[in-house]
Amino acid sequence: MIRTEHVIELTYLVASALFILSLKWLSSPVTARRGVRAGEIGMALAIVGTLLHGGIIDYKWIAIALVLGTAIGAPLGFVHMTAVPQRTALSHAFGALCVTLVGTAEYYLQAPGVPRFTMGVLALEVILGSLTFTGSLMAAGKLQEVLPQRPITYKGQNLVNLGLLAVAVGIAAILVGNPALSWLFPLIVILGLIFGVLLIIPIGGADMPTVISLLNSYAGLSAAAMGFVLNSKLLIIAGALDGASGLILSINMSKAMNRSFTNVLFGAFGQERVKAAGGAEVRSAKSASAEEAAAILSAASRVVIVPGYGMAVAQAQHKVRELFDALTRRGAEVSFAIHPVAGRMPGHMNVLLAEADIPYDRLIEMDEINGDFPQTDVALVIGANDVTNPAARNDPSSPIYGMPILDVDRARTVMVIKRGMSPGFAGIDNPLYYLDQTLMLFGDAKAFTGALVRELAGGEG
Amino acid sequence: MDQEILTNLYVFMLAAFIGFEVIRRVSPLLHTPLMSLTNALDAIAIVGAILLAGEGRSALATALGTIAIVAAMTNVVGGFVITDRMLKMFKSSGPQKQGHP
Repeated sequence: MIRTEHVIELTYLVASALFILSLKWLSSPVTARRGVRAGEIGMALAIVGTLLHGGIIDYKWIAIALVLGTAIGAPLGFVHMTAVPQRTALSHAFGALCVTLVGTAEYYLQAPGVPRFTMGVLALEVILGSLTFTGSLMAAGKLQEVLPQRPITYKGQNLVNLGLLAVAVGIAAILVGNPALSWLFPLIVILGLIFGVLLIIPIGGADMPTVISLLNSYAGLSAAAMGFVLNSKLLIIAGALDGASGLILSINMSKAMNRSFTNVLFGAFGQERVKAAGGAEVRSAKSASAEEAAAILSAASRVVIVPGYGMAVAQAQHKVRELFDALTRRGAEVSFAIHPVAGRMPGHMNVLLAEADIPYDRLIEMDEINGDFPQTDVALVIGANDVTNPAARNDPSSPIYGMPILDVDRARTVMVIKRGMSPGFAGIDNPLYYLDQTLMLFGDAKAFTGALVRELAGGEG
Repeated sequence: MDQEILTNLYVFMLAAFIGFEVIRRVSPLLHTPLMSLTNALDAIAIVGAILLAGEGRSALATALGTIAIVAAMTNVVGGFVITDRMLKMFKSSGPQKQGHP
């Protein structure tokens, strides 16, 4: 005879397998949507399995909460593609909130007789959960520009942050020693919440890809910790997968900026850069009109477009698609060079360009495309800055020295669409703009790209 | 050490290794959908929240569990929907059919 517990355990087992398959199928765009289906089925199985639990005596609150969560979640699934970074940060916050609340409830259910191992893991779970909750909210606020994007720093900041974390860990250690001191428990939650805010305050917009990945990893690890507390292998597996994913992404992002985690979290990069800027006004840059630029583009047979955060801000991706079409019609070979940290989250540019219907096989990773720049007629930079800065390659005094960049300066002609000569967000000068082969195209990314498309169309008729 | 804890540690270790191996193979092209998908999967914490809200072991547990379900369900629904929307947009320029039949 089959008992309900066995059925439940089986649904969890199948769900775990489906979660792994889901991520495996995500390895290629061809199978990726199958991966989403697998994930959905796994999640549905797990939820239904849980609802069969004999211990559940009241479904009222569960039903209300499921409906409410669906009502809030659905609109969050339909945000604009440009809002994906802040949406992702917000969902990290929701995940972390869930874990923190469950951890808190578990503690009060089990106190005072909490076993030592469970107590330690519970403390880890709520510290990670609460700091990820407020940290992600802060990140979402910065990305949505509700909060200032510039890093806010003060003297002794790192000391304050680390001190706070040390106190939280210290209290957790006391609780492990004596789990009955239940008044201490809210303290670690509060300290975690404050630490999350303070951790993100000094981080600038350009560092968001790393930070958002790191928060992703924390959210996963806190869920895995919850799995240990509840003795749920399904949770441990899902949490470990998410933790691994976030960790891999943050390592990739740090590598792409030539910086370490600690440097991202405690370095307040933006501040250093502002100091390093200046003294650049003496050199002059050449500018060109849309007409002149279109004339050069129409003669080009190989064009590489380099998109950056500026393209996302100006919502220029659809105009860029028109430009791609116009150039392709003229027989030019057009590709897109994607730097790993272009934009505000890993893969940000790919999603925006895919939204504009640009085929994904035209989106080329940095390492693959860098060798092609010497054979490129025109490299067109749209809203990207630091990722094209040759100072990263040849100026040891530059704050971004050593960061891998797109070698656009090796193309025959470089065009840069930019609002003005101001050093922009990062506050660092870009020698690319003063090279002989560089033309500055001053204007809004969307408007200027539109003007290029019109000029190219005019030349056709 | 408790046998149960030990088994769980093994599960964690193996899952972490599988995670690293599988995710290393995800193309950087799809890193944004990867993040929103893992986020949706992470909402599996809803399993713990449902038990808290339904078992009625204390008023606090029911209340916190209910809020936790709302938070996690938001990620389940929103996460899967946006991941699928994103992946639908990725099209190849070649003549071959993309997506699965």
